[in-house]
Amino acid sequence: MSRKARILVVDDEAPMRESLKDWLTEDGYEVGLAASGQEAIAMAREKEWDVILLDLKMPGMDGIETLRRLKSEEVGTDAQILMMTAYGTIDTAVQAMKEGAFDYLLKPFDPDQVEMEIRKIVSHRELVLENILLRQKLEERGEFEEIVGKSEAMQRIFDLIRKVAPTDSTVLITGESGTGKELIARAIHGNSPRCYRPFIAVSCGALPDSILESELFGYEKGAFTGADRTKRGRFELAHQGTLFLDEVGDISLKTQIDLLRVLQEREFCRLGGHEPIKVDVRVIAATNRDLKKAIQENRFREDLYYRLNVISIHVPPLRERKEDIPLLVDAFIKKHSLALNREPVKISPSALKLLMEYDWPGNVRELENVIERALVIGRGKQILPEDLPFGQKETSPREQPKALREVERLHIVRILEETGWNVKQAAQLLEIDRQTLYNKMKRYNIKPPGR
Amino acid sequence: MKLYIAPLGTVDERVLARICEVIEEQVGVECATMSPLENPRYAYDERRCQYDCKAVLERIKKKCPEDALGILGVTHVDLFLPVLKYVFGMSEVGGKCAAISLYRLRPEFNEESQDEEKLFKRVEKTALHEIGHILGVTHCRDPRCVMRASTTVEHTDAKEPRFCPSCKELVRWELRLRSLEGKRPSVPKK
Repeated sequence: MSRKARILVVDDEAPMRESLKDWLTEDGYEVGLAASGQEAIAMAREKEWDVILLDLKMPGMDGIETLRRLKSEEVGTDAQILMMTAYGTIDTAVQAMKEGAFDYLLKPFDPDQVEMEIRKIVSHRELVLENILLRQKLEERGEFEEIVGKSEAMQRIFDLIRKVAPTDSTVLITGESGTGKELIARAIHGNSPRCYRPFIAVSCGALPDSILESELFGYEKGAFTGADRTKRGRFELAHQGTLFLDEVGDISLKTQIDLLRVLQEREFCRLGGHEPIKVDVRVIAATNRDLKKAIQENRFREDLYYRLNVISIHVPPLRERKEDIPLLVDAFIKKHSLALNREPVKISPSALKLLMEYDWPGNVRELENVIERALVIGRGKQILPEDLPFGQKETSPREQPKALREVERLHIVRILEETGWNVKQAAQLLEIDRQTLYNKMKRYNIKPPGR
Repeated sequence: MKLYIAPLGTVDERVLARICEVIEEQVGVECATMSPLENPRYAYDERRCQYDCKAVLERIKKKCPEDALGILGVTHVDLFLPVLKYVFGMSEVGGKCAAISLYRLRPEFNEESQDEEKLFKRVEKTALHEIGHILGVTHCRDPRCVMRASTTVEHTDAKEPRFCPSCKELVRWELRLRSLEGKRPSVPKK
């Protein structure tokens, strides 16, 4: 549930209502209070509640009658209702459950029991909601849902993926680190007839030569010291699927030869083995290196290059497709808000401007990290420049302005940015009236950007 | 900005020192022990033979020094909220005051053998938890985080006397915000 769970407390006794509110607020719930059945019905019509804690004994409209009205078509709340009762009225509480209440709690509550009851209801509702969201996500799923970009360069790449995905051709993806080469490889696999078979990725640059060899081709028991059992390699695991060789420009000349042989003959032997193993694997390779230069410097075999480079896809660095930044930011905010169980936030125009001006040497991966960090450290409704690593302002008290006038000016600008320069909202947040805010803006010469 | 620890009646000085120590270490804010405030007889409920936590909070709020980031009352009496059987502690989320009770944290209360260190550890965690609430942090789902809700001493024992990285960041954020707002001056008035 991306918003806070909402609980409505209905009790005619103020101390009960108030103390329950204080206690539930510590749990992070949004709490509403109603002093009578009528008030509860009005509040249930206005807003959606997840749990209603309803007192059984109230003057006028009692708990049972309120429950009936809340559940009736006229209100039709789908909140779970927990009845609150004192000793001696348990029979009525049982009757309430027959009328559709979820459970009843004896006053005063055992903190452990009430916490568990509420958590049970909220978790159940979260699951239901998650289910609905997942279903929507599946329905909305596009061809390349993980890759975001409206720029011409990215549109050309999408076209190419559509064309090459159904074939078995080897693909070489080039581009700087962090441009999303593996996502492109996954999109090719996901849109190919092999999509129900494995997609196996090997990061060639991260592994020492000897380990890469046994990772790719596997080994027989006793092939070397420590090989106490037969192990299948990645080529075998990727049978009928796709093998993604990342950082292929980093592999040794020896492994280049082994790789070339498999690509040519479509068979290989495990280390220490003599039986050739036939595999049906589509290979997609990626590199951030200039392979043509590596060939000239005799660090990469030309024949392997031509084997890999049947189709080539070049992913441009983020600085060359800055028009995709707003879309990417939006996608990362959605992705990480979900992971952090937070309401998706917006980005302030000044923060977005900073992101557009930055050069992004770490490309899309760096942008994703920056957004994730901003969501973790930022708490407002917007991502602000100070939530960004290169937009830090006033990071330590020593760097803060000393003059009260300047502190006030900066604070006003920050709140205005947070509210998208909505003076009414900003005045409310600042707890001053609108005219006072206008006067202060005039005095400090604060103007919205672009004016 | 300072946090004040106020014993309500007589409270072992070692308990107060441990509270100050853990708050200074984990929150990074100076802590000061006040001279004892009155025993909370005013909050006694004859029907329940317990003390109304809300009444205690109201009273200590009035004793909160102007320059304080917050005040934490520490008492031996058994606290309750009208709607709950008992509470280990209570605070105004994002406000200025909190109170904790040692009554149910004592191992003897929970049919365990007397163990001073166990009690001290429970008190440290409960105090840090309530200070977290004063700084606007609500309950956390990480079972090791001090902001995890505790309704039994088993929950308290399972937590660690520190914030998880996310809650820590929220605490830091709130402190920064409060110092920026200047609502609570950093230099106490003489």
